[in-house]
Amino acid sequence: MHEPAETVTIDLTVNGERVTRGVAVRQHLADFLRGELGFTGTHLGCEHGVCGACTVNLDGRLVRSCLVLAVQADGCAVETIEGAGGREAMRLLQAEFHKHNAAQCGFCTPAMLLTAAALVEQQAVPSREEIRGHLSGNLCRCTGYQAIVDAVEAACVAHAAPGESHS
Amino acid sequence: MTAGDNAASYIGRALPRTGLNRLLNGQGQYVDDLTRPRMLHAAILRSPHAHAKILSIDAGDAKAAPGVVCVMTGEDVAKICAPWVGALGTAPGMKSPQQYALAVDRVRYQGEPVVAIAAQTRAQAEDAAERIRIEWEELPVVADEEEALKPGAPLLHPEYDSNICYEQTINVGDAAGAFAGAAAVVEATFRTGRHTHMSLEPRGIVAEFSSGDGQLTVWHGGQSPHMMQSLIGLLFGLPESQVRVIVPDVGGSFGLKIQIFGDEMAAIALALETKRPVKFVADRLEAFQTDVHARGHRVRARMAVSASGEVLGMDVDDIQTFGPFGSYPRAGVGEGRQVIGLIGGPYRNRNYTARLRVAFQNKGLIGPYRAVGHPVACLVTEALIERAARKLGIDPAEMRRRNYIPDDAYPWKLNSGAMVENLSQAAALDKLLRRMDYNALRAEQTLLRAKGIHRGIGLASFIEMTTPSSGVYGEGGAPIAAQDACSMRLNAGGSVSCAVSVTDTGQGTSMMVGQIAASVLGVPLERVRVMLGDTDTMPYGGGNWGSRGTGVAGEAVLLASRALRDNILAYAATLLQSSADALEIRNGEVCNRSDGAARISLAELAQLAYFRPGRLPPGFTPELMVTRSYAQRDYGSLFTNGVHASYVEVDPVTGEVKLLRHWVVEDCGTIINPMLVDEQIRGGAVQGLGAALYEECIYTPEGQLGNASLADYLVPMAGEMPDIDVGHIETPTKASNLGAKGAGEAGVAGASGAVLNAVNDALAPFGAELSEIPLTPERILRALGKV
Repeated sequence: MHEPAETVTIDLTVNGERVTRGVAVRQHLADFLRGELGFTGTHLGCEHGVCGACTVNLDGRLVRSCLVLAVQADGCAVETIEGAGGREAMRLLQAEFHKHNAAQCGFCTPAMLLTAAALVEQQAVPSREEIRGHLSGNLCRCTGYQAIVDAVEAACVAHAAPGESHS
Repeated sequence: MTAGDNAASYIGRALPRTGLNRLLNGQGQYVDDLTRPRMLHAAILRSPHAHAKILSIDAGDAKAAPGVVCVMTGEDVAKICAPWVGALGTAPGMKSPQQYALAVDRVRYQGEPVVAIAAQTRAQAEDAAERIRIEWEELPVVADEEEALKPGAPLLHPEYDSNICYEQTINVGDAAGAFAGAAAVVEATFRTGRHTHMSLEPRGIVAEFSSGDGQLTVWHGGQSPHMMQSLIGLLFGLPESQVRVIVPDVGGSFGLKIQIFGDEMAAIALALETKRPVKFVADRLEAFQTDVHARGHRVRARMAVSASGEVLGMDVDDIQTFGPFGSYPRAGVGEGRQVIGLIGGPYRNRNYTARLRVAFQNKGLIGPYRAVGHPVACLVTEALIERAARKLGIDPAEMRRRNYIPDDAYPWKLNSGAMVENLSQAAALDKLLRRMDYNALRAEQTLLRAKGIHRGIGLASFIEMTTPSSGVYGEGGAPIAAQDACSMRLNAGGSVSCAVSVTDTGQGTSMMVGQIAASVLGVPLERVRVMLGDTDTMPYGGGNWGSRGTGVAGEAVLLASRALRDNILAYAATLLQSSADALEIRNGEVCNRSDGAARISLAELAQLAYFRPGRLPPGFTPELMVTRSYAQRDYGSLFTNGVHASYVEVDPVTGEVKLLRHWVVEDCGTIINPMLVDEQIRGGAVQGLGAALYEECIYTPEGQLGNASLADYLVPMAGEMPDIDVGHIETPTKASNLGAKGAGEAGVAGASGAVLNAVNDALAPFGAELSEIPLTPERILRALGKV
């Protein structure tokens, strides 16, 4: 038998906006972002930390938002796909994903993009094997991955190109 | 295509998908993203047992739990939702008893839904489920395919005298005689894992009943909205006109989301009962336990060959895995029917005997999964071909070439009776061997073998059923349309709207529609708006399954585009006092066919017709909206063909397999967008590679699914997958003007067979030969005699 859930007020920044909310202590961050704030670009595929579809940035680190409680995000800055469009790496990735048809159903895509953006921002152009390794925590059941690897590779090359303005 | 079609403009071009940016920005709207005013959330209490009687259900505490609005048992739901029977007339003799949305009296598989709870939040509904007390009487469990068949096995359905659900045999020619006269016989017992689709978005539904007008609206993440409309109406006793099904964005399906599932029907029952919107979305554990499963065969197979490598005869015995019921409305025995119907399919052998047996057992239900039966049929056939080639000392590619259905023999009748229009097998094989540089790869393999590196090359030819006729389901009594339609209209601004009766689950159906419509009409692609997935606004049709989207709906779009173009040109000719034959549409303007000079834009034509019709010639009304339909009726299905190759490295110490490269050449007829086709092929291939190496639902003898999490049921991730080279041969079908066949399933059909062959090729120096997938390290080490 569960006792009625305890509620705690948290204060955090989500996609640049200050948010103060009372949340159930048992609510995970993904449910909070989706259900309470309406950021439905964060998807739930397994809720046990394997599929990667709920990946968001928490204080600049990629996390599985199904494995983080909303209360753990108190005082943190959260970035979801809806707030990542201003990053140059994300703009490049979105353009290359479009060009290469690197998404089919789109369910894994926001998290795949956020994960890939961290790699693009590392500057050095990775090998295809390194790209595949980096993306190996994000399940895509549709594409066969190759178009995703192609798109990430192209975005890495564009981002690292010397003398190019990325702003 | 004819001279009047401006086909060159978009058809055949690798264009990026219109609308993809929405998904890339996280703006997709999947079922779980929808909210409705005062919406409730459903949770389902499921059976922990694989087989048990329900002696009593005490839901009193649950009803009083915080946030709970409604609790329904099997008996409650049965009062408003009729039971269904998962048998199909196209599988004659198949038995399946009535099944209820929620179990009544007895449960027959782990995870079977028993009680449905609607509460303010999902968490509250799940809390309440924990307060329900059920008294069970456990019954003997039958969880093994072969045990279930045995006389004296515990019965799942006491009203039947055995667990046998379905049997089928095929007898063509003289297989016994072929074996008696063979130079060599190869045989093996093949086993393929039971799979789950693993759509990343689990199944989900939102149901809302408006008591004011008696209208039920269901948002269903699925593939076939009109089928769902029919079935929901049937089960709940609602007239078709009062059921609307809307398919929002769908996060993968692969044949999963075209069944009736008890938990989803229970959510509808809760919405009808509470008069409030109700959402149910399966969590991953529920998905593992209660999504329909597929594959799962034990095939004992033999092949007789002559000294020159001619296949003289085949003899197969398939036992298919199953659940306690047939799934509804597709039954689930298509799995085995297509295995025995397609074994030997690429080859001209005429001596074939096959037997299929399917028995009820206490495991999850079986339903269609991408390329139903094909990967298993292909694996069995192709593994035997390579065994025979090894035994006879013939190169495996040459062995196939000697046995393909001859190019001049079409139309060809398969041993199953199905007619094949036209294949390109030899051309596909030649192209594949060139693309992979087969001879150089063989040389490399020999060189590396000397250094103790064990690489293998495996091939797998396949044939694939696409673009099905009504013979597949409609003739069997299922309300599944074999026809599709496109309603197309010219809008006042000169844009074109196309409402089509198919859906888009990520394969790019919308883009296919847009490319065909824009090409034939002669308008820029960005002016074509495609509308799918709503029974209120789309024309009637079958939806997406069986690789039918382009083959069936694409032809309807082509026909509608031609009809609208003809109407527009007739209208323009009237205004311009010209002849329609002298005009054509280019880039959204009516032009002279002779010199290309623009005469009048589509926007001007539309605005005149809509805003100022008084200026039109008396008695003339332009018809700027048309509907055209198409059903493929020339063949049972339109067969495609192709061939896969896999290059692997096996570590004989650890038993690990590394996929180095994979190649596919396939022939789906006319290609509308090669980029989308290639990624369909690759995505399918990766599902087949997962089957080859990782995927298997493992049940305990007690009928418990032992690996029902993504940490335990392994699926391919980017790191393990190779680059996949895709090539095409284009042999358009003559059954349509468009010439397109299906491409959605060819990728999966041959992939696992190619990997099995490659692994066996790598292990040949050790004398080890496997016949079971997934090819786990343990199985490989066992085959090597190391464990």
